[in-house]
Amino acid sequence: MSGERSGEKVLVGEVLEETYLVSLAELCRSCTVETETITTLVTEGILDPSGEDVDHWRFTVGSLKRVKTVIHLQRDLGVNLAGAALALELLDRIAELERL
Amino acid sequence: MDYKDYYKTLNVDRKATQDEIKRAYRKLARKYHPDVSKEANAELKFKELGEAYEVLKDPEKRVAYDQLGSNWNSQQGFKPPPDWGSGFEFQGAPRGGGSQQGFSDFFESLFGQAGGMGGGGRGFHMQGEDHHAKILVDLEDSYRGATRSISLQMPDVTPDGHVVSRSRTLKVNIPKGIRQGQQIRLSGQGAKGQGSGKAGDLYLEIEFNPHRYYRVEGADVYLELPVAPWEAALGASVKVPTPSGAIDLKIPTNSKAGKKLRLKGRGIPAKTPGDLYLVLQIALPPAEDEKSREFYKRMQEEIKFDPRASMEVA
Repeated sequence: MSGERSGEKVLVGEVLEETYLVSLAELCRSCTVETETITTLVTEGILDPSGEDVDHWRFTVGSLKRVKTVIHLQRDLGVNLAGAALALELLDRIAELERL
Repeated sequence: MDYKDYYKTLNVDRKATQDEIKRAYRKLARKYHPDVSKEANAELKFKELGEAYEVLKDPEKRVAYDQLGSNWNSQQGFKPPPDWGSGFEFQGAPRGGGSQQGFSDFFESLFGQAGGMGGGGRGFHMQGEDHHAKILVDLEDSYRGATRSISLQMPDVTPDGHVVSRSRTLKVNIPKGIRQGQQIRLSGQGAKGQGSGKAGDLYLEIEFNPHRYYRVEGADVYLELPVAPWEAALGASVKVPTPSGAIDLKIPTNSKAGKKLRLKGRGIPAKTPGDLYLVLQIALPPAEDEKSREFYKRMQEEIKFDPRASMEVA
């Protein structure tokens, strides 16, 4: 393990609202997955894009993390898609409860 | 280099069956999975589990590893024997991947070459993956804007194709008015691209540190404000803390417990600034000495007051 410091440079990012939307292509690029994976997640009800059809799908910025969590859970724990979806919902609920 | 006892990591016997190893791994993986676990050292622990399982789940690797274990001497540091790997055929399968990258030197020295990184061949260009992290900031940071140092663990690929875990510290500008749930996107701070592909982005999800007395809902901030009974009854002007500094607040006469006083625009200074709500709590003076007990007795006798009047009990 090695450490690396980016010195004194202060990084300035772009602030994204919860409602910030990304396209299917951006989502796939961000998570390095195929469109089929995303389509499956939509069918399973894990993602709920706005837009009439695949070409107009728009996902909230929070979807990026959700897709990754589902993929990690499937790969690392051997759960199926429905199981990963359930875990995701329970994680959401825990996060909500902890905020109270 | 230290020898790693993969059986100990998975807490299984050296004679464990493949099924028992799988069961032990799955159980521990659920406990320490970074997406699920609240354990402090989950990330590291999960990596160790992944590494141990990577070896023990594969009968070929396991046999090779077991042979190594029998003539290993803990007094000396670990060095793979010169004839290591001869006579075993390791599948060049892509290993683990993703969240279990960054195996130990021990692993790399034994199985590193066998499991080299797939893909990334000549002429292959792809933008790097985006990364995500949560960042805890103070409410006050959002009122004033701030610069925060964050420390991140990230898998990185060395020039010779090994995956290592690199820790790096970033200084990030926390803009004034940031709210919980918003994200800060730092472009080019994610995973490196392949070939001439550019690096991915880093998304920082904003969360507030719990505060001793402020509570945040969206852009609105709540403060439970204790007041004395006479302040609530007679009205008063009291000093009140707010995230942007102390202010003088007028308590109206005859205020009840739970009454909300709204200070417009004194919440989080977002694009649409939130409000600051002061929720009155009536604090009761203790009746610890004779004098205060006398005083309560006088109130009892002179003030006609039934706090349970609305409850219809006789």
